[in-house]
Amino acid sequence: MSNSNETGKVGIGQELLGLLKTNIRDYVMYIALVVIFVIFSFMTKGLFLSPRNLSDLVNQAGYVAVIAIGMTVILIIKHIDLSVGYVAGFLGAVAAILMKNGLPAIVAIPIVLVCGILIGVYQGTLVAKVGVPAFVVTLAGMFIFRGLLSLTTAGTGTIIIKDEAYKAISNGYIPDIPISGNVHLLTLLIGIIAIVLVVYSQIKTRNNLRKYNFEVSSMPILIGKIVFLSAIIMYIMWILAGYKGIPWTAVIVAIVLLIYNFILNRTRLGRYIYGIGGNAEAAELSGVNVQKITMFAFCSVSMLSALGGILYSSRLASATPTAGTGFELDAIASSYIGGVSVNGGIGRVTNTIIGAFVIMSLTNGMNLMGIDISYQYIVKGVIFILAVAFDIITRNKRK
Amino acid sequence: MSDYILEMQNIVKEFPGVKALNNVDFKVKRGEIHCLVGENGAGKSTLMKVLSGVYPYGTYDGNIIYNGNEKQFKSIADSEQEGIAIIYQELALIPELSVYENIYFGHELMEGKVINWNQTIVSAQEMLKKVKLDVNPSIKVKDLSVGKRQLVEIAKALSKNVKLLVLDEPTAALNEDDSANLLELLRQLKLQGVTSIMISHKLKEVVSIADTITVIRDGTTICSMDAQEHKITEHEIIKYMVGREIENIYPKRENKKFGDVCFEIKNWTVRNPALDREILHNVNLNVRRGEIIGIAGLMGAGRTELALSIFGNTPKYTITSGDLYVDGQPKHFKHPKEALKSGVAYVSEDRKGNGLILIQDIKYNISIANLEQLTEGISLNENKEITIAKEYQRSINIKAPSIKQIVGNLSGGNQQKVALAKFLFVGPKVLILDEPTRGIDVGAKFEIYSLMNKLVEQGMSIIMISSELLEVLGMSDRVYVMSEGTITGCLAAEEATEQNVMAMATRVEEVV
Repeated sequence: MSNSNETGKVGIGQELLGLLKTNIRDYVMYIALVVIFVIFSFMTKGLFLSPRNLSDLVNQAGYVAVIAIGMTVILIIKHIDLSVGYVAGFLGAVAAILMKNGLPAIVAIPIVLVCGILIGVYQGTLVAKVGVPAFVVTLAGMFIFRGLLSLTTAGTGTIIIKDEAYKAISNGYIPDIPISGNVHLLTLLIGIIAIVLVVYSQIKTRNNLRKYNFEVSSMPILIGKIVFLSAIIMYIMWILAGYKGIPWTAVIVAIVLLIYNFILNRTRLGRYIYGIGGNAEAAELSGVNVQKITMFAFCSVSMLSALGGILYSSRLASATPTAGTGFELDAIASSYIGGVSVNGGIGRVTNTIIGAFVIMSLTNGMNLMGIDISYQYIVKGVIFILAVAFDIITRNKRK
Repeated sequence: MSDYILEMQNIVKEFPGVKALNNVDFKVKRGEIHCLVGENGAGKSTLMKVLSGVYPYGTYDGNIIYNGNEKQFKSIADSEQEGIAIIYQELALIPELSVYENIYFGHELMEGKVINWNQTIVSAQEMLKKVKLDVNPSIKVKDLSVGKRQLVEIAKALSKNVKLLVLDEPTAALNEDDSANLLELLRQLKLQGVTSIMISHKLKEVVSIADTITVIRDGTTICSMDAQEHKITEHEIIKYMVGREIENIYPKRENKKFGDVCFEIKNWTVRNPALDREILHNVNLNVRRGEIIGIAGLMGAGRTELALSIFGNTPKYTITSGDLYVDGQPKHFKHPKEALKSGVAYVSEDRKGNGLILIQDIKYNISIANLEQLTEGISLNENKEITIAKEYQRSINIKAPSIKQIVGNLSGGNQQKVALAKFLFVGPKVLILDEPTRGIDVGAKFEIYSLMNKLVEQGMSIIMISSELLEVLGMSDRVYVMSEGTITGCLAAEEATEQNVMAMATRVEEVV
């Protein structure tokens, strides 16, 4: 190719191939998401990609996404939390009861989040301090919180939520700038800001790498990447703007994602989390307080489960006795599909979000097609195990 | 020609980043005791793992000819089938099972579909008689001493009708009596037609027992010597092992200057709650500024336990009494973090097990113990991290294309340098090095020795734990010797010789 006269420089083709090889796992996930979108939009005659359905998809994926972010941290440090589903269900019901008794959403929500943290303290203490395996502790948690959920909803059955602000969390959209017409202007504006930030961070990262003489991708590839990302952001924003704008759920997921992405990549705490997953003993001997970090992880996953419970009960405008069933499966599957290593120590919350969208797109798409729930479970299970098997094969090959 | 039971030809075995074996030739005559010697990391154990099928056929290059036929062992089961048994340093017995269950574990004596336990016990007794071990076969293995467990392993091998017995440092953890017993047993087995390959660092034993001695260095066969025809001296073997005169390996320090005592422990007594017994008894030890002290002793003497109990790894060890002083100030470390803050750092003997985070890169591993210094506000300054990692890469010569290299892909020597850099970045006053040169090549060893000298010249104190006696003698200003959890002696560099250190290391305190 073009590298015939320039020794030392690699052609774009080769560079692309190299990128493909090192990031094959991520690319396959993106491709899988695109394939799922294409298949469903074909099978539902375009209904799947309609602005209304995509808005719904975001609202449906929201609760799984936030719980999956917490689960990712837990899985990175080589533990597991099976109780997230019933914790979410139970705390959703607690929120409903608090509001039924006259507390406004703005007070009920912090109380519920604190309850989540307390549950995390309880489970984290058993795992980190007492040394009971997380599998056992959270399996017991599954029993306990399932029981508590039944108890809270025992008298009344489903608890209806009337608080409008609370309902808006998973059914409402961000307000628009008053002057605009048919299109949701603020949504487009946020899209443009997001693109500017993407361009800025990509260029900054590249310059930084260059400053320290690390390998950087060539200019055409960088531009290609930026154009691709911008196009996707703009496409999604355009569709959302054509409906009612950005759902509040998306805002919440984005904030949680930004916080956790920052923690994992840019703080000491994040480094320690990866270190414990990579080799807990080595981390301990490097002065890392493994107990403390494990406590943090359990508190964080339970708090995010509480948030997931809030999003879910808000979505249904009620707390039901069956809320939360199977959330743990979706959250764990999202994390693994998103590339968290089954051996711990590796994983990114940004990819977990993609994993959550893969799982929830499957649910949403199959629901649109009217596929029976039994088959839905089977399809999700197959995709889940394929993702993990593929992950292990590619990692082994790299060794 | 066919009096060779085993011929391994041109064996090449590569791991990512290292060529562990490079064209090794190894021939063993039928019915002999063949000693395989070489430094740590020379490739002896790797070679034996190739032979046993731990590294299956296809993952290495070269041929294995056994009993005149070429063999392609794909697993340990394949090689055992042919009568090859390997006894590793870490014994492969199940502590909670009885002696007879262990001996027939994996090849149970069956009667139809069920195990014939009576027959098992009778046969186990026979095997125990063969290895001259007088214990009740129903006793649990965890209740036996290390020396006796070793014999159970050999009994297990004999029960499988072994033709070729491989022992990987069988006497490393044994006292002199047990070692002598074991060697005597090998001679007996030889008379019964069992061929033995013994890997050993104890050259005295090698010289006394070997029919043939093969020396491996840096993954290649250096020579194979017939020890029956003419006597081979330990000195000769060492010359082949290290490839140069010993005097050169340990760089000398000019004008030594020692300051005040900067680290001291007094009456240090430690229990291991998991084993429910006292593992260290009244240990007293001190080190002056600018001094290297060595801690010698056999495996199981309690040296690593001493270091870890100092370093604050308390869940594993309970300090029942004793005081610890840093610069004269009494301290009590509850967590390694506190030790690091007080300027005491510990570089583990087990790089892969608990020293490094292998799936992360060089810069991550260098910075992990001192991220406080890289934190600005709430976020890490990654530019500073890169600068510091690069500085260490240059100053202690970590050979890697980039500091973004995954540590698991580096060679042992470079991994050790990363582990060192991690704790140097903390800026310790006292550096505890546990087996700092285990499993690394001679060149990297020399670099680490030079670095140690440089550090003490700058005023650091180093406590070096090492099983390589020559290393302890070559590097230390004072040598502490440990045996069974007590300090049995402290020698100045001038009076420390192999003989008197070994004598102290094997001194067994009578338990009353």
